[in-house]
Amino acid sequence: MRTIPIVLAATVAALGAVHATAQGSDPNLGRSLAATCATCHGTNGVSVGEVESLAGKPKDEIVRKMQDFKSGAKPATVMHQLAKGYSDEQIQLVAGWFAAQKAK
Amino acid sequence: MSIQRRDFLQALGAAGFGTAAMSGLPGCATMGGGAGGKVVVVGGGYGGATAAKHIRMWSDGGVDVTVVEPNPEFISCPVSNLVLGGSKQIADVTVSYDNLTKRHGVKMVKDMATAVDTDKRTVRLAGGGELPYDRLILSPAIDFMWDKVPALDNADAQAKILHAWEAGAQTVALRNQLVAMADGGVYAISIPVAPYRCPPGPYERACQVAWYFKRAKPKSKVLILDGNGDVTSKGPLFKKAWAEEYKGIVEYRPNHVLTDVDVATRTAKFDVQDSVKADVLNVVPPQRAAAIARSAGVVTANDRWCEVDFLTFESVKVKNVHILGDAIQIAMGMPKSGHMANQHAKVCAAAVVALLSGQAPNPTPVLTNTCYSFITDKDVVHVCSVHQYDKEKKTMLPVPGSGGVSSAMSEVEGRYAFNWAKNIWADMLA
Repeated sequence: MRTIPIVLAATVAALGAVHATAQGSDPNLGRSLAATCATCHGTNGVSVGEVESLAGKPKDEIVRKMQDFKSGAKPATVMHQLAKGYSDEQIQLVAGWFAAQKAK
Repeated sequence: MSIQRRDFLQALGAAGFGTAAMSGLPGCATMGGGAGGKVVVVGGGYGGATAAKHIRMWSDGGVDVTVVEPNPEFISCPVSNLVLGGSKQIADVTVSYDNLTKRHGVKMVKDMATAVDTDKRTVRLAGGGELPYDRLILSPAIDFMWDKVPALDNADAQAKILHAWEAGAQTVALRNQLVAMADGGVYAISIPVAPYRCPPGPYERACQVAWYFKRAKPKSKVLILDGNGDVTSKGPLFKKAWAEEYKGIVEYRPNHVLTDVDVATRTAKFDVQDSVKADVLNVVPPQRAAAIARSAGVVTANDRWCEVDFLTFESVKVKNVHILGDAIQIAMGMPKSGHMANQHAKVCAAAVVALLSGQAPNPTPVLTNTCYSFITDKDVVHVCSVHQYDKEKKTMLPVPGSGGVSSAMSEVEGRYAFNWAKNIWADMLA
């Protein structure tokens, strides 16, 4: 089991140093995790509504936002509750997958 | 919109044309892993349509997918309570199936699945045909247990005392009853003992009818007759709305387990409590997995619901048959919701594509749920949760400390709710 640096969410600078390349046994893990976000952020992270698209967003930005939602540093209506359901490793993985998608 | 056009597209699909035309689907070439085979999906709702589209996408068009669905268009239950309130029309919650065929090469068969032969692996259709499958996905939703409300066990009675718990003609008919009701009348809704489809749905409906009465028929009342001991979802938020926004309009009565109705007088009868007569009586009957699940032999819990392996959503009892959505025996904290059915569908789709290409399914699936309820036409509250697979207990469990409800209703959440509808309908059907 690899260890992931403990992220102190408010410390944005520290987050830039997080580059865990978590890979499960399933090569499509990032894609499958991202599919849990599609109901509000769109299929493959391309939103057709007013909530933001995630496709093509920098990985570090997505990780930072998720960690800020998790810690409460970033106020939210829903995401502060959902972000707490994902492990730090899963956040890295899903952010990396979205970053690699084409923005439309 | 033309039925002819759909028939034409169906014919294209049936001829194998649709599939050929779709071979240039966008997607990552490594993802399909060479998956092939035939999948039949029964039901084109939140579970079935999502599964069909994602199997096509994730197999790079390699897996042949046929959806059996009797309705010509998808009509959403989520948001349909706004049609009862009058701020939306049924057309606003209706989406075409055309893109499943045009963009994704899904074959749509407008028919009803009547039986499954799990040895021969075929699905029989009401129209007479048979469809062979390598893997069958049942997303059949629910049937009503009319034997629990005997007077409603016939079509005439069901046309008078409506459920409107499947969106469409029933929704429009209930709206018409509300419009026809004189000011000063009583609308009563009977809620079954949980589990039932969409836990907060009846309470949202009470709010939407109250929203309409407050503006159009201010002397009228909304009476909630709940089979449960308390509000089953978002309780404090709904109770606040009834006490403030709808003060003097909504009355909540718990512990009202319906035993029957008198159709002519629109009277609801209960096991313990006094009978209640209404001007518009809306009965949401007890529910169980739809009959096709029984035919497939996958109804294993309480003679009502289908137990599944949460890594694949395959039946715990019958091989090669997967079940999604409201029909399954839920895990702890898992609502029977459209959002949840969409999430079941993507775990199942990924697993089916993996299994058809000889790979193991994802050992760590994740499900989310976000359910918005409209208090007014704009102000909304939510409940949300995240569920991760627990290897030891072999089930999905809510992540401790995650999820929750709104602190108060807001217009921001109203905008998010409409965003949710757009994105989830696109995730299923675009």
